[in-house]
Amino acid sequence: MWQIFHKLGSPKWFFGIASTLMPWLLVAGAALLMTGIVWGLVFAPQDYLQGNSYRIIFIHVPSAFLAQSVYIMMAVAALVTLVWRMKLADVFVTAVAPVGAVLTFLALFTGAVWGKPTWGTWWIWDARLTSMLILLFLYFGVMALGAAISDEKSSARAVAVLVLVGVVNIPIIKYSVEWWNTLHQPATFKLTEKPSMPAEMWVPLLLSVLGLYLIFGWLACLRMQTHILAREGRTRWVKELVQAREN
Amino acid sequence: MHPIRKKRLTIVLFLLVGVSVAVALTTYALRQNINLFYDPSQIAAGEAPVDVRIRAGGMVEEGTVQRDPESLKVEFKVTDFTSSVLVEYTGILPDLFAEGQGVVAMGRMDGNGRFVADQVLAKHDENYMPPEVNEALEKAAGKRAAMPGATGESSAGY
Repeated sequence: MWQIFHKLGSPKWFFGIASTLMPWLLVAGAALLMTGIVWGLVFAPQDYLQGNSYRIIFIHVPSAFLAQSVYIMMAVAALVTLVWRMKLADVFVTAVAPVGAVLTFLALFTGAVWGKPTWGTWWIWDARLTSMLILLFLYFGVMALGAAISDEKSSARAVAVLVLVGVVNIPIIKYSVEWWNTLHQPATFKLTEKPSMPAEMWVPLLLSVLGLYLIFGWLACLRMQTHILAREGRTRWVKELVQAREN
Repeated sequence: MHPIRKKRLTIVLFLLVGVSVAVALTTYALRQNINLFYDPSQIAAGEAPVDVRIRAGGMVEEGTVQRDPESLKVEFKVTDFTSSVLVEYTGILPDLFAEGQGVVAMGRMDGNGRFVADQVLAKHDENYMPPEVNEALEKAAGKRAAMPGATGESSAGY
């Protein structure tokens, strides 16, 4: 097991694995995401209360879900950076932070668009919305800190500490709707209970969440490959790879 | 595991525990400010300050919405099923506003236990269903309430 773990740390090995995985992730992810979103936006039934405006859930929930998952993955990678000093873990953190920021922004934006017709306001400083905004700023902070320190090793450690400190925000986002009075409603999907919507609504929602996960996987591989090439530009295997492509 | 890594792991865990405790204490201390609104029981218990801008939230009680035919003035009771508070509002209500729906109103308490709102937001719950299902549910509930000797709550008022 430790051997696989150490092998994973080798940029060269990861580069190869990513290349074989990426087409599968892209095709499966795009298929699931398209099915989920088209099904949700066109064929799923209306809501008895909100009519058609609830359909934005098929974009809002996947992006909010991923925004938090990506941060948790980054926190695990940060732990690996700090304890095992694995280069690839830091590559992951720097490569996916902008993706996480975009997903968080998308969740906030679709939430605002949804909030205006249903609640009557674009924005309110309730615990769920505010903690989500803090998540966006955490992503910005991670990106800025990583870019501000030019030494690769100290940058990796500083970013890892920031990511780990920020991870306390994730349970706050998750449980904000239960711990405090908020305008945002509690979660529709719970781990222990059935979702509080019928299958013709939650199945497309689940498909788009899964699809977005796979698309994220593809994007993470792609961005990590780019970062690896930039960082390992002077090593022999990269030079050989480039030569092989050129011929 | 290598002793150095073990040491690093301990430091990281200490960092995480420390930060979590700090954040937990801070949010606990600020809980009154983080809570978006007071519920009617809190207001009835006198926890809400008078003449300070606050939010009150709860369900619009069935059968209490009274519209002034001359103006946009509306009066309704907001309840959490233990106590309720009378809300007065002048303006346009959000589409989802209805009896039995959740609302959050922003405004201030006047001295007489009446909440004068200048903004009313609708709150919806996490349940979604197609209109036909809802109709069927309401029909079933109506039938049960109409049956002689029904024990179900008839406060729904259908």
